Amino acid sequence: MADTAENQAVPTADESRRDFLLHATVATGAVGAAVSLWPLINSMNPAADTLALSSIEFSLGGLEEGQSVTISWRGKPVFVRYRTADEIETAQSERWQDLPDPQADEERVIDPKYLIVVGVCTHLGCIPLGQKTTEPRGDFGGYFCPCHGSHYDTSARIRRGPAPTNLEVPEYTFLSETNIRIG
Amino acid sequence: MSTNKGWGARAFDWFEERLPIVSFIDHSVGSQYPAPKNLNYFWNFGSLAGFMLVVMILTGILLAMSYTPHVDYAFDSVERIMRDVNSGWLLRYMHANGASFFFIVVYIHIFRGLYYGSYKAPREVLWWLGIIILLLMMATAFMGYVLPWGQMSFWGATVITNLFSAIPVVGDEIVTWLWGGFAVGNPTLNRFYALHYLLPFVIVGAVVLHIWALHIPGSNNPTGIEAAPQDKIPFHPYYTAKDAFGLGVFLLAYFAVVFWFPNALGHPDNYIPANPLSTPAHIVPEWYFLPFYAILRSIDNKLIGVVLMFASILILFVIPWLDTSRIRSATFRPIYKVLFWILLVDCVVLTWCGAQLPEGLPLILSRVGTFWYFFHFLVLLPVIGWIETPRPLPTSISTPVVAKPAE
Repeated sequence: MADTAENQAVPTADESRRDFLLHATVATGAVGAAVSLWPLINSMNPAADTLALSSIEFSLGGLEEGQSVTISWRGKPVFVRYRTADEIETAQSERWQDLPDPQADEERVIDPKYLIVVGVCTHLGCIPLGQKTTEPRGDFGGYFCPCHGSHYDTSARIRRGPAPTNLEVPEYTFLSETNIRIG
Repeated sequence: MSTNKGWGARAFDWFEERLPIVSFIDHSVGSQYPAPKNLNYFWNFGSLAGFMLVVMILTGILLAMSYTPHVDYAFDSVERIMRDVNSGWLLRYMHANGASFFFIVVYIHIFRGLYYGSYKAPREVLWWLGIIILLLMMATAFMGYVLPWGQMSFWGATVITNLFSAIPVVGDEIVTWLWGGFAVGNPTLNRFYALHYLLPFVIVGAVVLHIWALHIPGSNNPTGIEAAPQDKIPFHPYYTAKDAFGLGVFLLAYFAVVFWFPNALGHPDNYIPANPLSTPAHIVPEWYFLPFYAILRSIDNKLIGVVLMFASILILFVIPWLDTSRIRSATFRPIYKVLFWILLVDCVVLTWCGAQLPEGLPLILSRVGTFWYFFHFLVLLPVIGWIETPRPLPTSISTPVVAKPAE
């Protein structure tokens, strides 16, 4: 067909039927190959059994004022602290608008007695000190990361050091007065 | 040097002067590799084998990320891959069936070589490297089949490693050494996993040598005569396009099995966790080992059975000299052509026999088939070369085409 007389006037490059077929075929193949890579890449994302572990329940009933407990959630530590009245007072009275990562204490807790944050420094992922009574709690009475010297206050907000943001508050809900579900 | 080159072309030239890898690939499987213009679709299977090697390595690395090589966890970790890992079922079915399709492709590739005499001078080393790749594939496939740690895995490992106990005097010591214990166990699983991960990369190295050895004489072709330069066309785009089409057809078959019959080629017993205290009633290897298994069981003597089984592959190393005919292509060898098809049927019969219990008709057929296999290579191949009168060869690969009467 392409050899018939009227088609002898060859179209300019890239406009002929053959070029169209070539480009369409290569494009289809390339898109197909790219799409088929997705399941391979996605297989490295968390598996179903890993995701199934991503919420836990915890009872706050055993905690006394001034006590802390560290629980494991998604393989990371979660700091739970029954704050003293003093600590709550300090956290709430702070002029939070001037902090490096401005956030009011009220936005970071549900029940002001309990501070619940992910115990992973927002700088490079070390676990800050301050949960145990023997550990240094930094210049602001909260947490202190020994890796690169980030200081957090009693609301676990970053106050000094290289960490860019406050310790993350995980998603959690109160199931009852003293029971919470994290995640 | 032209000064009107774009920055992209100049950057390419800069890199090419320092590491000419692009032109190296272009010379290997690109526009600078001249291939005979008459290659038929049987010449697709080399690149298909290369494609399958890549698929196996890619899916294998991803499977390894979710697999636990320990007797207590291996089976469960494979089930976790099937149920919990995203697309894990796809990875595993692509890998398990990929092994079967890799062997299908490679067996067709080998029979292509046997039919068209691709093993003859000057391609003997190319042929050797192919056999080495086959042996590496067999070792890799066998050890891979052990990893899921089902009943077939365990007892397959036990039987195959016990082959080495047939070695006189030191046989038992060698088997203990292979196992790393007094039976197939955790040390065995660990080393098989390590080697199963290693050997594919050894295969990649052997494939590079295989392609290198291919490029010294260039590709054989269906006529078997040397292709003159004017009878060659660039590999790219002509054979890349033809191979891509063949790949598309191949993928239809491969994924039809992966999606709709993923367990058709496997054995249900391998979904039972390994039990070192109980052998399944009927153990068979994967289908691609069946002809060799039939040869092993055709003899009532342990040592001779094992020797024959290994000899059935090793004999391929010497067929460039066992075949006394100088004519490569079976197209021009009337007697050899018939023998080729008989050999193919013989291998199919042996495959069937390997899956049956070694008694009655299957046993008789195994013995006849084993005899014929060696008779073909050791007696017929040399003798036919002397007595056969080949058909006249064309003077060039263009001649048969040009000589056809115009329509």
